[in-house]
Amino acid sequence: MFLAWRELSFARGRFVLMGSVVALIGLLMVLLSGLSVGLVNDGVSGLQKLPVSSFAFQDGVDKTSAFSRSVVGVETAETWAEQDGVEDATPFGNSLVNTRTDKDVDIDMALFGVEEGSWLSPEATDGADLSGPGQIVVAGTLKDEGVAVGDTVEIDQIGTKFEVVGFLDGQHTYGHVDVGYVDLRTWQEIRAGVRPGEPVPDHVYDDATAVAVKYDADADVDLAAGDKAAETTSMTLKESYGASPGYTAETSTLQMIQVFLYAISALVVGAFFTVVTIQRRHEIAVLRAMGASTRYLLRDSLTQSAILLIGSSAVGVAIGLILGALISSSPMPFALEAAPVAVATVLLVVLGMVGAAAAVFRITRVDPLTALGGNR
Amino acid sequence: MSTTAPATTRTGLEISGVSLVHGDGESTVTALDDVSLTVSPGEFVAIVGPSGSGKSSLLAVAGGLAKPDSGTIRVGGHDLGGMSGRRLTELRRTQIGFVFQSGNLIPALTAVDQLRLPMTLGRVENPRDPMELLEEVGMAHRARHRPDKLSGGERQRVGIARALVTRPALLLVDEPTAALDRSRSHDVVSLLARETHGHDVATVMVTHDQDVLEHCDKVYRMTDGTLEVESN
Repeated sequence: MFLAWRELSFARGRFVLMGSVVALIGLLMVLLSGLSVGLVNDGVSGLQKLPVSSFAFQDGVDKTSAFSRSVVGVETAETWAEQDGVEDATPFGNSLVNTRTDKDVDIDMALFGVEEGSWLSPEATDGADLSGPGQIVVAGTLKDEGVAVGDTVEIDQIGTKFEVVGFLDGQHTYGHVDVGYVDLRTWQEIRAGVRPGEPVPDHVYDDATAVAVKYDADADVDLAAGDKAAETTSMTLKESYGASPGYTAETSTLQMIQVFLYAISALVVGAFFTVVTIQRRHEIAVLRAMGASTRYLLRDSLTQSAILLIGSSAVGVAIGLILGALISSSPMPFALEAAPVAVATVLLVVLGMVGAAAAVFRITRVDPLTALGGNR
Repeated sequence: MSTTAPATTRTGLEISGVSLVHGDGESTVTALDDVSLTVSPGEFVAIVGPSGSGKSSLLAVAGGLAKPDSGTIRVGGHDLGGMSGRRLTELRRTQIGFVFQSGNLIPALTAVDQLRLPMTLGRVENPRDPMELLEEVGMAHRARHRPDKLSGGERQRVGIARALVTRPALLLVDEPTAALDRSRSHDVVSLLARETHGHDVATVMVTHDQDVLEHCDKVYRMTDGTLEVESN
C-alpha cells in the first residue's frame, strides 16, 4: 500500500481521468439495468404477479407468440386439475384490445379473462373484486391516467361496456399495455367478436387462450405427462414471459448491450494499466534491482487497480442511482432493483480487475538488469 | 533464512575466476574473462575503462542481476551460486545497495519516502533512521521534496542514502557522476567515500570520470573483460 497510495496521489490527474471513464461505464450500467428491469416489468408484470405455476397452451403452438395464437378447450382445465401434484387449473383468456372510457381516455388494454371467484380472479386493493359480467378490474397505474371506480370502459368496434369496479395493486402490464380483468364468458364473446345483444353461438364458450395451472413450488409435477394427457404444450410462468409480444427481442438487445459494456470496460481498464505499466518499466526495473519481489510489485499494481475500480464504480453507481430515482418518476419504463445493480457493479469491478491483471502481469517480465545504465 | 552474518566475520565482496559471455552461436562477446576481485568492508574501489569493457557486467554479476558462466561470487559471506531467484531477491534487498546513474529515484516519492521504501519491500534488520541518514548526506532540508524538485546532485545524494538505509554489506555504484558537473561530482564521490569508511561498507564504483578517483582506495582498470589493478 505504501507505494500504491503515493503513486495514485502523485499521478492523480491520470487516475482521475481513468476513474471518470470507469464511473461513466458504471453509470451507464445502472441506467441500462434500470431500463431492462423497467422493460421487463412493462412487458410482463401482469404475468409476474399471477399466482400461476405454468400455462398449458395449444399443442405445438409457436412459443414466441403463444398468448396471441393459442386456443385450448376449457375442458382441458379439468384434465390438468387431475394431474399428480397439481393443486388446481382454470381457463385463462388473454387478448389485446383498444378501449375508451366514458371520460374519453383511450386505453390500450390487455384483457385477461378469468372465471370470477376462481383462484385466478384478482384481488382488488381499491374498490371491489370481480363478481360478474359487465365488470372490469384494472391495473392500479391507470388511476394516474384519470380512470376512477364507476367509470365505464368500452371496447372499440365491438361496443362491449364494462364498469370499473376495482383497481389492482400498482403496475400490471402485459406487452407494454395495462391489464384489465373481466369474466371469462364476456372475454370469450369479445374474442369471438360478438356485439352486445347479438345471439351468441354455444361454441364461443368452449375456448380459452390457455389453462392456468397452479401447484406447489416443491411439488414434483410432470408437465410432459400432463401435456400428453391434455394434448397441450406447457410453459412455466417464467418461460411464458417469452411469449409476451416483443419480450425476447427487448431483453436480448439490452443483454447484448450490457455484455458489450462489460467487455469494453475490461478492455479499457486493461489498456490503461498496460500503458501505465509500460511507462513504469524503468521504475519497476529499479525496484526489482533493489530487491522488490514479483509478488510485491503485483500486489502494488493490483491494489492500485482495485482502489481505482472500486472507487470509481462506486461513484458511477451512486450517480446512476440518483439519476435513476429521477427517471423512475417519469413515464419511462425504468425500475431499479438492488440485485441487478449489485451484480452489475461487482461484474464491472471483477472484469476490470481481470483486464488490469492481464496488463500488470507484464511486471513479471521486466529485467532488473535494465536498471543499470546503458553502457554495459 | 539468515542473511546477516555476525559482525566479526563480516566480509564484503569476493569474486574469483568469474567469466560471463553475452550472446550465443557465432556472435559471442566475452564481457568478463576470469575476473577476480576482493573488496573488504570499508574499502572504496573504483573500476574504470572504456564503454563496453565489461564494467557494468561486473556490477550485474556482483549484484546478482546476471548469472556468471563460471566462477564464484560471495557477498557478505553468502555464496550467490546456486541461490534461487527468491533468495537472490532477498539478498539484494538486505545485503546489497545499488546506486544508479542519475539516482533513479521513484518519481512519486518524496526524499524521505525514497528511504522508507526499502523497508516496505520486506523485513529489514536494524535499518538506519531515514531522517538521520538524510541529515548525514546533507539532504534533510529537502526531505519532503519529490525528485522532480531536486537537482541532479541532490537526487544522487538521496539515491546514495536509499542504498545505505538497509545497512548493506556491499554498495554497487554505477556511473554516479554521469549527469553532474565537476564540483558536484566531487561532492557526491567524497560522500560515497565517507559513507564507505564510516559504515564499513564494501563499495564498488564503476566510472568514466578520472577526476574523482582521488577519493578511492584502489582503482582497477577493465579492458575487454579482464581486470587489473591500476593504482593503490
